[in-house]
Amino acid sequence: MTPERSVGTAGAMSGLRPRPAFRVDDVYRGLLMAAAGVVFLIVFLIAFESFMGARLSMKTIGWSFLWSGEWDPVADHYGALPYVIGTLSTSFLALLLAVPLGVGSAVYLAELASRRLGAVVSFVMELLAAIPSIVFGIWGFFVLAPVLRTTVEPWLIEHFGFIPLFSGAPFGIGILNAGIILAIMIVPTIVSISREVLLATPKSLREASLALGATQAESIGVALDAAKPGILGAAILALGRALGETMAVTMVIGNTNRIPTSLLDPGATMASVIANEFTEATSPIYLSALIQIALVLFLVTIVMNGLARLLVYWVTGGRSDTAGAA
Amino acid sequence: MMRTRRLWNHAVLTACYAAAGIVVLPLVLIVGHLLGKGAAGLSLEFFTHMPKPVGELGGGMANAIVGTLIIVGIAGAVAIPIGVAAGVYLAEYGRGKFAALVRYTTDVLSGIPSIVVGVAAYGLVVVPMGRFSALAGSVALAILMLPTIIRSTEEMVRLVPRSYREAALALGAPRWKTVQQVVLPAARAGIVTASMLAVARAAGETAPLLFTALGNRFWSLSLDEPMATLPVFIYDYARAPYDDWNAQAWTGALVLVLLVTIISALLRLTVRRVRTG
Repeated sequence: MTPERSVGTAGAMSGLRPRPAFRVDDVYRGLLMAAAGVVFLIVFLIAFESFMGARLSMKTIGWSFLWSGEWDPVADHYGALPYVIGTLSTSFLALLLAVPLGVGSAVYLAELASRRLGAVVSFVMELLAAIPSIVFGIWGFFVLAPVLRTTVEPWLIEHFGFIPLFSGAPFGIGILNAGIILAIMIVPTIVSISREVLLATPKSLREASLALGATQAESIGVALDAAKPGILGAAILALGRALGETMAVTMVIGNTNRIPTSLLDPGATMASVIANEFTEATSPIYLSALIQIALVLFLVTIVMNGLARLLVYWVTGGRSDTAGAA
Repeated sequence: MMRTRRLWNHAVLTACYAAAGIVVLPLVLIVGHLLGKGAAGLSLEFFTHMPKPVGELGGGMANAIVGTLIIVGIAGAVAIPIGVAAGVYLAEYGRGKFAALVRYTTDVLSGIPSIVVGVAAYGLVVVPMGRFSALAGSVALAILMLPTIIRSTEEMVRLVPRSYREAALALGAPRWKTVQQVVLPAARAGIVTASMLAVARAAGETAPLLFTALGNRFWSLSLDEPMATLPVFIYDYARAPYDDWNAQAWTGALVLVLLVTIISALLRLTVRRVRTG
């Protein structure tokens, strides 16, 4: 307080001589601006560190490791295909479950809910978003996995076992479990952004369609149509989160280096293999290959987030605060 | 025709209600199981004792709880001043291209997976230092906190009525003084709660700590050495093949969730009061 006071009197005196006060203003603004610039520095440093760490692997293995199917550190062979497939399959399964449910809930919150119930559901969504990933992991491992193993997966095998996607043995842990856990984790993102996007669509759209005799569902359809780019953005944002989600997936996916061919198979994702093997990586090339996987994750999520934000900004005009939601 | 439309209308609306119900269900289940499996192990011992070796029952996670507080505290001490300053910049001066780019980059930063941030912190701190350290964990968590602090500070500062600034400027206060002594105090409650929210979120992060702070079964307060944290402890105990360790993992998870969500929920209520009041 004291130093500010003394500078303050100087500032007051400067009413007579405007120049020095002007300079304090510039310094203040400059400091704030520098703090804002830290964001660029951080993104640069993350990119720089991942590139430097992955250099060895990029040089000796190249990018072909993304579609090479064997990951055998003992034989110094690094192919990330099992993890790429694990990441894609769990993420898309999660989207398949979470998008319809999330958009439905968003419609409920934006159009149907009474104020009180709506507040309860939003509150629950916020709490869900605040639960640490590791907690989803132990819930998936100790609660969901036994249910899947004893009930859901045997049923799937019995009735749909002829489809390769549902064949295999009921382990409880694996792609299916990871997909469900991921869906639970990304639903809040989809709900909160879709809701904001829906609320940002003009009310006149709904009024016009209702006036033309549309049912409530049909008028909601009109609003959804206008909100489509934003909802697409929400889905991409959620996909980005699912791709990079680590701890929960690590606990429920089974962590094998084989390529999963069925939803019931155990597997691993790009993020989970980093979490699992990083501290065990004994040779420089092993470590470098893991960092290269991180680099791929970084680039993919940067591009997807960039795209998703643009879509959401487009609909809401930059008013939505998606930093907290994601 | 009208009948099918009416039926369709009902089906769609029912589906929306059902979706909201299904979406709320997992939280109810998770909280229920957390309480059911974790509450039994809650005791003073859990907070004040060190972990026991394999085979011995009892013990607590005192070192992990203290470790989390230290690592998260340092991360917050670094991230909050920078984040608040950046947020104030965006709210007060943020009209140009630079500010738009900052806003965009901040949002993108918030989408970078925490495991990738962990890898970066490993390269930035662990490799030069030559060993895993609490400090490296703090760096990773600080990076993860920053986007939320920046964007919520911006939002809070924007809520301060224009007339405050006009009044201060009309009294002859320079711009910086207006912001520092009029706008910031008015937004203080909101900024504090929003920052604590970001800190609470970061406290639950596990992935970026795995190869920065690593973990430690022993009592350690030195920042340049591996340090135990609650999330990593839960992870290790949940994977262990011992029932009593698994039970402790549940208790640890309950403590972590209480730490994170109760703080968030309380803050949420305070923020609402600040907004409406």
